[in-house]
Amino acid sequence: MSTSTQTRPTDPAGGGTSGTQRLTFAKAINLGLRRALESDPKVLLMGEDIGRLGGVFRVTDGLQKDFGEDRVVDTPLAESGIVGTAIGLALRGYRPVCEIQFDGFIFPAYDQITTQLSKMHYRSKGRLTLPVVIRVPYGGGIGAVEHHSESPEVLFAHTAGLRVVSPSSPVEAYRMIQQAVASPDPVLFFEPKGRYWEKGDVDLDAAPDGPLLDKARIVRPGTDVTLVAHGPTVQTALKAAETAAAEGTSIEVVDLRALSPLDTATVAESVRRTGRCVVVHEAPVLYGTGAEVAARITEECFYHLQSPVLRVGGFHAPYPVAKIEHDYLPGLDRVLDAVERALAF
Amino acid sequence: MSQTGPLTDDGLVQLLTPTGERTPHPELDARVAHLDADALRAMYRDMVLVRRFDTEATSLQRQGELALFAQSLGQEAAQIGSAHAMTARDHVFPSYREHGVAHARGVDMADVLRLFRGVDHGGWDPVAHGFHLYTLVIGSHTLHATGYAMGLQRDGLVGTGDAERDSAVVVYFGDGATAQGDVNEALVFAAVNNAPVVFFCQNNQWAISEPTTKQARVPLADRGPGFGVPSVRVDGNDVLATYAVTQWALERARSGGGPTFVEAFTYRMGAHTTSDDPTRYRSSAEEEYWRRRDPIDRLRLHLEQVGELPAEFVAQVADDADRLGERIRTEVRAMGRPSPASMFDHVYATPHSVVDAERAWFERYEASFDAGSTSEGSHR
Ligand SMILES: Cc1ncc(C[n+]2csc(CCOP(=O)(O)OP(=O)(O)O)c2C)c(N)n1
Repeated sequence: MSTSTQTRPTDPAGGGTSGTQRLTFAKAINLGLRRALESDPKVLLMGEDIGRLGGVFRVTDGLQKDFGEDRVVDTPLAESGIVGTAIGLALRGYRPVCEIQFDGFIFPAYDQITTQLSKMHYRSKGRLTLPVVIRVPYGGGIGAVEHHSESPEVLFAHTAGLRVVSPSSPVEAYRMIQQAVASPDPVLFFEPKGRYWEKGDVDLDAAPDGPLLDKARIVRPGTDVTLVAHGPTVQTALKAAETAAAEGTSIEVVDLRALSPLDTATVAESVRRTGRCVVVHEAPVLYGTGAEVAARITEECFYHLQSPVLRVGGFHAPYPVAKIEHDYLPGLDRVLDAVERALAF
Repeated sequence: MSQTGPLTDDGLVQLLTPTGERTPHPELDARVAHLDADALRAMYRDMVLVRRFDTEATSLQRQGELALFAQSLGQEAAQIGSAHAMTARDHVFPSYREHGVAHARGVDMADVLRLFRGVDHGGWDPVAHGFHLYTLVIGSHTLHATGYAMGLQRDGLVGTGDAERDSAVVVYFGDGATAQGDVNEALVFAAVNNAPVVFFCQNNQWAISEPTTKQARVPLADRGPGFGVPSVRVDGNDVLATYAVTQWALERARSGGGPTFVEAFTYRMGAHTTSDDPTRYRSSAEEEYWRRRDPIDRLRLHLEQVGELPAEFVAQVADDADRLGERIRTEVRAMGRPSPASMFDHVYATPHSVVDAERAWFERYEASFDAGSTSEGSHR
């Protein structure tokens, strides 16, 4: 094994790795991973095509060149193998960050994630920890073929022992990936691939404000309706809030950030003020995040609610062909329609 | 079998040299003896048509008419040779770049593009063509193929000695796929059940950016024997050799001899898909080396050497290819957007109250836009 680790290499593409920069979502994750690789020699990345190619979305671009093939590992084409060996590496003290190429290809690894990764800490009564991160580009709207646009996050949130998070902007992505790598628990890190090319300002040096993987945040304050979203639908919710504002409706947008743990407190606090709640996600509505949030909000805020908690999401059908995916995905109109229905009660 | 580097092709079964000379082979010569000039010209024609299909589909993608396309460029001999060795009773499980096999199974080449245009998840009737839908999840279908072959056994269609009854299965997958658990499990199931299935691995040497050495430290064909599955390593750019080897493997399977692993050593001359940039991971020298071992050129040179490639035939094939290209262009552009409510079709084979309720809601919602006629530019 070679030890080709360099410390703090400068990024060839951008102006170094400090200060505030305007970055794409993908680049923000890239720099977050770079930071993680720099700060802990036990961190290693593994996945298909992540080395020389830099990943099919170029999220790991340049990292193999700077950190070497032992730390940025092109794996055989085998997802169960990727996660299974990551478990072994973690047992040996490493902190593997696995890339699954697309959402629909996580299922060959589903067994390893749900039966092994999630339960090892519990079974060993805390003697073993598995600090494994699994990065999954997910979600639709990019005109892809089948198995490239799905939102399987809830399947993992349903399994105890896994943390499930999804960033919604470049700055969140940059900070959350570093906290995910630092977490002693396994983290499923769902990256909204439809947002990879969106840009935002990222202060590369600012310390993250608190434990991002546990806390929802209010992205935009409002008084009439609480819109709850995560990952790709946060931007949709913000657009809805803007549009509604022009018509005199004040929408508060809450970004869940994490599905497990679910920060019900932040949502409930918001709903107690607004009295109305609409949950938006791309995954199918049946048994989805919206169902969980609605149930909890009903339990906690029943006397504050002026309308039932409504849900907007995908349908109980396989993700459709690209030409009609925008009819499947919850877009601006469907969100505003639900907001109107909530207000009409 | 020797361990070879990617730029050499020793240790491969070969019947035509890269310059088109016929090389004798003690066992396989008999298997190609019946191929007359017409049969070889049919292979030549199919390869040329498939290549035109690739070119046309690639430019359609560039023009924004397709979301994505995966070329079979360079793999024509592996596909056409193996497909010509099948009978109508055999059943094929492809991955996603088996356009040549699709064509040989009578699938309309325009229909192949429905998936890539994003108007359909399939595009053809898998039963009618004995050609399953494309499978995008790497390796899954090798198990389906094995199970299908086990079904043929149970149906008494294997080893009857009746050439009109005996049937088998061919499953196509790449070099990268051999690393998947499913593929290894398929080999286990096929071996212990003696299933009539031919594992046809097109080793095109690259799994997106990863060379075969990232998947295996032995020639892929060496995997077979470890599972109890005999294997052959064949020159995948030699259409005669892929024909002969597949025919041999299929005959074994149909007669009850069990599974075979075929590694067709070939080269992906194009990008992985239209979203891939191969210049990031491989050299132009390597591409140039393989361009000089083009599978179509090889058969063309052979037919010319034996004086069986009349100019009129070549012109006719070129003409057919042009017409295929034109037809595909026109038909793809005319492929309409499916009705949005069609996403609720065929989710289940019997009524399902949740789907029915969601469809009803969706249709009312759609209708509300038509009433207000404000749906233009809306973001549902
Ligand atoms: C289970 C799974 N993981 C990852 C992918 C993404 N992917 C699509 S094609 C491909 C490479 C396949 O290489 P190979 O098996 O050699 O076949 P080829 O494309 O070269 O024909 C990858 C990684 C996938 N489709 N399925």
